[in-house]
Amino acid sequence: MSITADSKFHVLAVDDSLIDRKLIERLLKISSYQVTTVDSGSKALEFLGLHEDDQSNPETPSVSPNNNQEVEVNLIITDYCMPGMTGYDLLKKIKESSSLRNIPVVIMSSENVPSRITRCLEEGAEEFFLKPVQLSDLNRLKPHMMKTKIKTQKQENEEIQELQPPPPPPPPPPPQQLPNNSKRKAMEEGLSPDRTRPRYNNITTVV
Amino acid sequence: MLGLGADRLRADMNRLLALLFHQGVLDEQFLQLQQLQDESSPNFVSEVVNIYFHESEKLLRNLRGLLMDREFTDYKKMGIHLNQFMGSSSSIGAKRVRNVCVAFRAASEQNNRAGCLRALELLEHEYCYLKNKMHELFQLEQQRLLAAGVRYPMQN
Repeated sequence: MSITADSKFHVLAVDDSLIDRKLIERLLKISSYQVTTVDSGSKALEFLGLHEDDQSNPETPSVSPNNNQEVEVNLIITDYCMPGMTGYDLLKKIKESSSLRNIPVVIMSSENVPSRITRCLEEGAEEFFLKPVQLSDLNRLKPHMMKTKIKTQKQENEEIQELQPPPPPPPPPPPQQLPNNSKRKAMEEGLSPDRTRPRYNNITTVV
Repeated sequence: MLGLGADRLRADMNRLLALLFHQGVLDEQFLQLQQLQDESSPNFVSEVVNIYFHESEKLLRNLRGLLMDREFTDYKKMGIHLNQFMGSSSSIGAKRVRNVCVAFRAASEQNNRAGCLRALELLEHEYCYLKNKMHELFQLEQQRLLAAGVRYPMQN
């Protein structure tokens, strides 16, 4: 449940080529990531808990749950050219999903086609790697995963604060300190009211 | 004496690798593969290369099957096989095989059946050469490990 120093980032790798799956898996493991590989975009979506027809509905009924808490994925790296759902299609589906859009996505391709690269980056891919992917390429992954983790941590810390009972009110200050007290109150009021209540499904990862 | 054997085998391996690089049969990607091999994954290179052999032979059979068909017109399908072959060859550093695939694909895009047949022959030839050399390399490696293993105590 806690994020300790040695808990690893989990990467989901998607590629229809067995050789490339083996390669990317090895590269990721050497870089100390936990890895899951799948051979298609649809299997990737399945793994992420998203079924192809309910991408835009965040509050799906418990029948098709978003299981992010068991299988938290910190980054998705996918091949571009795949039969059926391409890497680009997968990227789009992920970015259209309110539950998945924060997961950074990286595209890999064996072909250097500038328009393809631009299209993917514009659709929200963080990086575009040319195959064969090198170990040095993977060094660019961590910042994207850290960014999301920090964002999620912040969200969770705020959730925790909201759940805790409010601190006992300070003893009434002597009259001359009144200006300070009202200033603090103004600050507190600014904090909570309008913010939407964050999801609870990530709470299991909080320290 | 046995230690000397291991060293000599290693030298033989390096010589073979140097030759293959010089001939353009392999490129740096193969070195990358070797760097991914370590104690936690001691057979990584041979595992990947064996998968490559298995897949390549299937692709070659498919390509030949397509071209041998007198009424063949499905160049698109051929293109798909070729892309796969190109990708996997590139992933293991099989440079010459990959380059033949590129030429093959060009012929295919022009619906040039004769050109495709020639490219296929060349592809089969290059692939055969690569496979033989890889087997040689793996044999040397196995012998070297045996020789080194006898000299040094097994470490767990």
